[in-house]
Amino acid sequence: MKELSVAEFGRRIAHLIVSLFILLCITFVIGRVLPADPVGAIVGELADPAAYAAMRQRLGLDLPLYEQFFIYLKGLVHGDFGTAILTGNPVSADLAQAFPATFELATFAVIISTIVGVPLGLVAALFRDRLIDKIARVVSLVGHSIPVFWFGIVGLVVFYAGLNWVGGPGRVDVYYEGIVTPRTGLLLVDSLLEGETDIFWNALSHIILPAFILAYAAVAYITRMTRSFTLEQLSQDYVIAARAKGVSPAGTIIGHVLPNIAVQLITILAISYGGLLEGAVVTEIVFSWPGIGQYMTNALMIGDMNAILAATIIVGFFFMLLNFLADIAYAVFDPRTREAAR
Amino acid sequence: MSDAIHADVTVRPPNMISRVATSLRQAGGKLAQEPLGLIGFIILGLLCLIAIFAPLLAPYDPNVQVLSDALQPPSLAHPAGTDEFGRDILSRLIFGTRITIQTVLSISVIVGPIGLLIGVVAGFFGGRVDALLMRATDIVLSFPSLILALAFAAALGAGLNTAIIAISLTAWPPIARLARAEALVVRNTDYVAAARLYGASRLRILLFYIAPMCIPSVIVRLTLNMAGIILTAASLGFLGLGAQPPAPEWGAMISNGRKYMLDFWWVAVMPGIAILLASLAFNIVGDTLRDILDPRHARS
Repeated sequence: MKELSVAEFGRRIAHLIVSLFILLCITFVIGRVLPADPVGAIVGELADPAAYAAMRQRLGLDLPLYEQFFIYLKGLVHGDFGTAILTGNPVSADLAQAFPATFELATFAVIISTIVGVPLGLVAALFRDRLIDKIARVVSLVGHSIPVFWFGIVGLVVFYAGLNWVGGPGRVDVYYEGIVTPRTGLLLVDSLLEGETDIFWNALSHIILPAFILAYAAVAYITRMTRSFTLEQLSQDYVIAARAKGVSPAGTIIGHVLPNIAVQLITILAISYGGLLEGAVVTEIVFSWPGIGQYMTNALMIGDMNAILAATIIVGFFFMLLNFLADIAYAVFDPRTREAAR
Repeated sequence: MSDAIHADVTVRPPNMISRVATSLRQAGGKLAQEPLGLIGFIILGLLCLIAIFAPLLAPYDPNVQVLSDALQPPSLAHPAGTDEFGRDILSRLIFGTRITIQTVLSISVIVGPIGLLIGVVAGFFGGRVDALLMRATDIVLSFPSLILALAFAAALGAGLNTAIIAISLTAWPPIARLARAEALVVRNTDYVAAARLYGASRLRILLFYIAPMCIPSVIVRLTLNMAGIILTAASLGFLGLGAQPPAPEWGAMISNGRKYMLDFWWVAVMPGIAILLASLAFNIVGDTLRDILDPRHARS
């Protein structure tokens, strides 16, 4: 494997940084320029002019816009996202607490969607136009069309309230809450680290439904892409050659086709992961999952812009980082892109 | 000799309307062999009809509260049941199609021309203009659109128009990319060269010779994106950032029904079925259009 050219890597890093900078510009505009009267929103409409002016000065709104932007950036670099109205804590502290929950949910979902989506896409391609392919197509179509928050509600009604197969909303049952000291913030990991297997199983029963619901849209995407990648490979000469020299169908897939589509798959998985982080926002509300999505919605209810924008920046950052990693993976592992980059 | 020159001068771009008509006629023939695609088109057509004739079709007024009939299960009188104010859910769903179709159309009307213009300008002028515009497109494409729409809607105040603007802001890049790819092909065709030879200005070539050629594929792409846009709009509605109560917006209806989901499932479930159907129809129609119009993507 040859290494990625430095110039190409630099260009992609620059792209990531520019994107991030523009995201910050947009959040700045959303937070400081769009709201008609941010001061009035805090002090109230009936505040006397002196208090109004004092608050305006405290918020730095009397400064020129570019200075405000500079101060805003300086704060962000120091991890200062302002104070959350709802909790009274610094937003960064709230986010640090909420992020692991979202991360755990999205990671669990990406694992599920890979385990389900890749084999389904492979099988659909192998048995093209047969029953399994048609089933895969319907699964994929519905996955692209279903509103995830609604699917979550239906899932809760059926599997929790009806069949009682899974845990209900939240990360664990109430009486297990706060027992495990957060080390990684990932409850499944932390409970195992402390040997609390009861809590582990309980947490697992809680995460399984939201993770599957969230994974479904990604399954649809991964299945569809895996199918089309595989079909492309199956028509190649090397597959015919492998079959001709006596490699079994399964051997051809595992030994020849999979390694060839691996690069494309990694890219697709990284993109899905970003999508899952975003999808987690609406899923969390349905499942009362104490992650960034729920934090953001609670902030929405009371119009707490500091919290909303900080959450936007964090999710946006990881979303773009994953896209960037997908690009890098593609450039590093794919010989054609590598040659083109020279 | 002079005849030949004369013939060159009168070169016209192929008539766009006749081009669309021809491809539609061909598409119609192929559509007959795609039963699933046909179903998609039928559902879509029905949705449009329901939206237009909503007042005639709805059995009840969507906003009239009959508290004595609150939370009735689906029955002959109320095929989709009633909500906590005794409003007929079916009637609300029927009027809700208007909001959905309005959202989808508004976003198409905003995003289509913007994406087309950016893409065509990038593809036609090439060089620095192209690099700059496509870099901007890539950047917007790398934003999480739902989250950004959420932040925009939060700052501008909740409402249907805000939701439409917020979604439009992040929905144009795929259109721009596609229009650019088309423009790259079209700008090298003979009739564009001919137009250039007889002295048409760049602006004229751009607007009358290149842009119209990109419109059919832009429309297909818009259709394909509509399913995702319906879901995003419904998500904003679910979060309370779309059309405000008592408007029968499907996402907001689900959010409302959530409170009663364990005892009165239909309040939340029915609007979800409507969203699923609408989104499914757009996905199927988009897929079918792509298969029919673009042989490279054909499935079989």
